[in-house]
Amino acid sequence: MAEMTMRDALNQALREELARDERVFIMGEEVAQYEGAYKVTRGLWREFGDKRVIDTPISELGFAAIGVGAAMAGLRPVIEFMTWNFSILAADQIINHAAKMLYMSGGQFNIPIVFRGPNGSAYQVSSQHSQALEAMYANFPGLKVVMPSTPADAKGLLKSAIRDDNPVIFLEQERMYGMKGEVPEDEDFTIPLGVADVKRQGKDCTIVARSLTVPLALQAAEKIEKEFGVSCEVVDPRTIKPLDIETIVKSVKKTNRLVIVEESHQFCGVAAEITAQVTEKAFDYLDAPIKRISSAEAPMPYAKNLEAAALPDVPKIIEAVKEVCYL
Amino acid sequence: MSKVAQKTKHEQALADGRTRFSHVESWEEIFDPEIAQAEYLKRKKSQIALIKKMDKALLREMLYQMVLGRIFEEKCAEVYRLGKIGGFCHLYIGQEAVAVGAIMAIDKKRDYVIVAYRDHVQAMVAGIEPEAVMAELYGKATGCVKGKGGSMHLFSKEHNFFGGHGIVGGQIGVGTGMAFAQKYQGTGGVTLCFFGEAAVNQGIFHESLNMAQLWKLPIVYICENNQYGMGTAQKRAMSIANIARKADAYGMYGEFVDGMDVMAVYQATSNAIERARKESLPSLLEVRCYRYMGHSMSDPGKYRTIEEIKKYQQRDPILLFKDSLKEAKVFNDEDFAEIEQQARKKVEEAVEFAEKSPLPDESELLTDVLA
Repeated sequence: MAEMTMRDALNQALREELARDERVFIMGEEVAQYEGAYKVTRGLWREFGDKRVIDTPISELGFAAIGVGAAMAGLRPVIEFMTWNFSILAADQIINHAAKMLYMSGGQFNIPIVFRGPNGSAYQVSSQHSQALEAMYANFPGLKVVMPSTPADAKGLLKSAIRDDNPVIFLEQERMYGMKGEVPEDEDFTIPLGVADVKRQGKDCTIVARSLTVPLALQAAEKIEKEFGVSCEVVDPRTIKPLDIETIVKSVKKTNRLVIVEESHQFCGVAAEITAQVTEKAFDYLDAPIKRISSAEAPMPYAKNLEAAALPDVPKIIEAVKEVCYL
Repeated sequence: MSKVAQKTKHEQALADGRTRFSHVESWEEIFDPEIAQAEYLKRKKSQIALIKKMDKALLREMLYQMVLGRIFEEKCAEVYRLGKIGGFCHLYIGQEAVAVGAIMAIDKKRDYVIVAYRDHVQAMVAGIEPEAVMAELYGKATGCVKGKGGSMHLFSKEHNFFGGHGIVGGQIGVGTGMAFAQKYQGTGGVTLCFFGEAAVNQGIFHESLNMAQLWKLPIVYICENNQYGMGTAQKRAMSIANIARKADAYGMYGEFVDGMDVMAVYQATSNAIERARKESLPSLLEVRCYRYMGHSMSDPGKYRTIEEIKKYQQRDPILLFKDSLKEAKVFNDEDFAEIEQQARKKVEEAVEFAEKSPLPDESELLTDVLA
């Protein structure tokens, strides 16, 4: 184990997989000579050269398509979007092509590709650079959707994503790149996709959180325990699709209460999906209505106070837990 | 009289080393079948000399595939009207010289083909059995993609056929990625990437051609200009007429090809493949052709006249090729009759196979979603 930032954990995963498999290459805007807009690919171009680490023009649709075609022809591309907001330009390739290729080719052409980059809010970057898009991508059969919340998870999940034979949407978080944690250095360390992790044990209320909202939920859980003596269990699904609903249901059956925290918008979102599945599978176990905390139903504002108001935070989580616990 | 002047201009353009037909400015000139025919007659003599030197079996296969494609598509129209084929069904009738001339020029062992949704004939020329194509159109388990893709999504990994794709222009980018992989892996292979002229108006065309030239990818972009994007004539959708000239925007080689002339398509594609294979350079071929049928089976075709269609049918690609083969004394009318007979039999067999094949098992609904 070594302590490192999430940025370095991701970098290590990429380096190890580039070294392990000649078919893996990284492509995107500023990933090579500039070393990544957020420095996730730092040092990789110098180590692996022009063939494996490739700067592209600003052509999201075009280079996503090159990734899809290269994957059909036997390579294992890692396509970086400088932010996931720009992936919307490439959505045709991700949704209409990558997600459907295996099916519409009758099982002949799988697409082993990873699309990755920062998702969700950053620091006052306003409406077009702050979106969390997991719900959109999770809606389509044929895609896997992954959202790590710790450096160790980031490394283990990214390695699994690169080794996976399917298109994987790998959603990082800019605000988390500098967060530190213990990370296994073993080159064979991976975390399977589709397996949730209970980040904090508890017995009174379940909080399901992902990505940036996991550290927020953990902070809230500590405060609630101290102030109200309520013990919260924090479940991080880590993979949105396939969703490990069993772990969530198991926790709810124990605590009988559920709060879901997310950075994306609420309508037709992941929290809505988890809510539906929990009511289908554990309705009789619930002692209170499920509470969702999501981003405000508005594009992200610029002003610092408005941005803060739009996003989930520790006080909002505490309020929600109090509400479902009737405190 | 004006035609004489145009010929002179064309000759001057060739002498200047400019893209073929790049001197042509007006829509009327570039799309006039009479001018195309005059150009054709000029090169016919050298073409017949070439035919005489070519392998007879290859020539026979080219004609067979064109005739097979024609009869197959006519049969599709027939059974579609009987409700045997569902959904969208885009027929290739009139464009046979493009698929045959281009795909017969590849090395099937290492070259890749990717196409749009008007894909039946291209799939068969690439090597997919007509039985497997017809069964797919019928939505049967024995179809080349197990009844999951239908008319627009024919694939065969075995034949390096990377599919029919239904989003206009999407496959231009995917094909560019296939060529990227061929270069990365050093296979020496080349990708043929087909799309219609309407796809040229999509952003993916620009993004792909820019990167293909920038990274010197071994790809041949084949724009099948059948002159209509669904019901919209090219001139109502594109600010300039000459698609081949768009290659200039990327510093790429561009060439205008007569898509009614299978030998012209074969030669231009062969040259472009050689450029891709030996120099790792992309090309853009604008292959002007004409579809006789509507955009799809549900298109009544009110946007053009019967006279216009008839004008192009006078230069029917199968007729032109037969005429040259006859003049070169490679085949005679008896041979043609035999080839047609063989193709008819094959199409009947394909229909019979499709009719008799089982529907996919319902358990197939949820397979092939993830690998």
